[in-house]
Amino acid sequence: MHVPDGFFNAPVSIAAGAFAATGLGVCLRGARRELDDRTAPMAGLVAAFIFAVQMLNFPVAAGTSGHLLGGTLAAVLVGPYTAVLCVAVVLLVQGFFFADGGLTALGVNITLMAIVTTVVGYAVFRLIVRSAPRSRTAVSVAAFAGAAVSVPVAAMGFTALFWVGGTAPIDVSSVAIAMGGVHVLIGLGEGVITALTVSSVLAVRPDLVYGARGLKAPLVLRTAGGQSTEVTPEAAPEPARSAWPLLAGGALVAVLLAGVVSFYASSSPDGLEKVASDKGLNTHQESHPLGGSPLAGYGGKAVGDQRLAVGVAGVAGVGITVVAGGAIFYAVRRRGRVADRARA
Amino acid sequence: MGAGHRHQLYRPGNTVVHRLPPQCKLPAVAAFAVVVVATPREVFWAFGVYALLLAAVASVARVPASFMLRRMVIEVPFVVFAVALPVIGLGERVEVLGLSLSAQGLWAAWNILAKATLGVMASILLAATTEPRMMLLGAQRLRLPSLLVQIAMFMLRYMDVILDEMRRMRVARESRGFAARDVRHLPVLAKSAGALFIRSYERGERVHLAMLSRGYNGSMPIMNDATASARSWATAALLPAAALATAVLSWSVS
Repeated sequence: MHVPDGFFNAPVSIAAGAFAATGLGVCLRGARRELDDRTAPMAGLVAAFIFAVQMLNFPVAAGTSGHLLGGTLAAVLVGPYTAVLCVAVVLLVQGFFFADGGLTALGVNITLMAIVTTVVGYAVFRLIVRSAPRSRTAVSVAAFAGAAVSVPVAAMGFTALFWVGGTAPIDVSSVAIAMGGVHVLIGLGEGVITALTVSSVLAVRPDLVYGARGLKAPLVLRTAGGQSTEVTPEAAPEPARSAWPLLAGGALVAVLLAGVVSFYASSSPDGLEKVASDKGLNTHQESHPLGGSPLAGYGGKAVGDQRLAVGVAGVAGVGITVVAGGAIFYAVRRRGRVADRARA
Repeated sequence: MGAGHRHQLYRPGNTVVHRLPPQCKLPAVAAFAVVVVATPREVFWAFGVYALLLAAVASVARVPASFMLRRMVIEVPFVVFAVALPVIGLGERVEVLGLSLSAQGLWAAWNILAKATLGVMASILLAATTEPRMMLLGAQRLRLPSLLVQIAMFMLRYMDVILDEMRRMRVARESRGFAARDVRHLPVLAKSAGALFIRSYERGERVHLAMLSRGYNGSMPIMNDATASARSWATAALLPAAALATAVLSWSVS
């Protein structure tokens, strides 16, 4: 799924690059909290593990085989921030050293394969683990669901980017169907192998599985007389963590995203018009199956529609960002509490 | 290990391209890729000029064409996709050799093939003339977040170790008659992956402790600090500058 150069147009590549850079910045801060000064060696070794595991081909159906993307696996094993960093480093190394994936498409690749798979996979995982009873089975099932959902979502993210700025003239709906169909299958394979891997690590070293930290049994002291007391860890006072830096960061991301998206939206009609004028007709626009949607038709219509499209794109961008930011914020707060409990 | 083991991606040499500081080469290649992507696809000759530029760099760096071609195999999946584009593309159809092909699909296929190939060639040249360790040093000098650079450093250093471990596990599996043929064999592969993770993680802990005992305090000492002179910056800028001139010309023509 490594996107090469020239697959997406320049504005989308740049926007995705800005998004990826912001996401990496957030994760660099978060990973320090997950691993403190062990971050560099540990994350480096985990990245090498992800790189190796991506080479592990597994049979999907008769004759075809897929390989692991590893985003959700890494998130469950070492925590979401470190996971994003590890997968991103794997992608960077693949791009610069192995020429796998274009340099200008690095933003797209990191956004889809590192950030989207990891964030979505881990969010689904947490949701299930929180609502299910605490058990190893629940962790494995949640890992399966997280991985199985994350891959098609990443594929849909690819389709959305393709819709906005793909250079190939293929029907978006057929791209969606093809990408979605294939990746639902790949997602199932990824889910199965992720769940099995997590459960095999849980069986040997449960302390290493980040997503299973809640499974720790409380310490029970038994005296010779048969009395047993459960040692409850003292609840440490919640550190006063200011929400402002996060909120400010989120707002910055939102503004950046909206700005870049509307930049794209304002430059796009030129591109479409250019194609139309090159061909001398607008068959392309008429044959568009999603012609009714606000973004699809604005290339050939009046300025008012363009503004609407810009607005819709901007609002959609900000909305997505707020949801993503909210999810990250929520995760960070929970993590803080869990970490404090663990420390106590 | 500190000496940096040679990678099959890297071709040692002592040419101008090899000697350029990595912090100059990295932005030069990235800028070249951006310029290539921003070039309109209708201007065929511009892509020819880009290819000639890369060929010139390759000949200066003494990177043989056979080496480039062998490494370009990585591009094959997208070549297949690009070949399929004219068949499945939308829009008006044109007759080519008795086949009804989409005109826009042909354009898109050409677009992806040309730009992806040029990008891959530029990356291969970069990796072939720059030691991986030096590349990361260059990234550090470009003020990339040091944590990210360190992670990449550790990954590159231990990649071969982990891959070898995985290979040994595969040999062990296969010598016991295992072959992954269908879905029922997934648990075996997953257990291998789990074991590999535990080994990698524990190795990471050992590496970290070993580093702590040698005075690691969160940042790596820089052994050879290669500063870039204005001259080397100018030399490195030749490639993107020539590409940019071509692109500007192509924009004004089209």
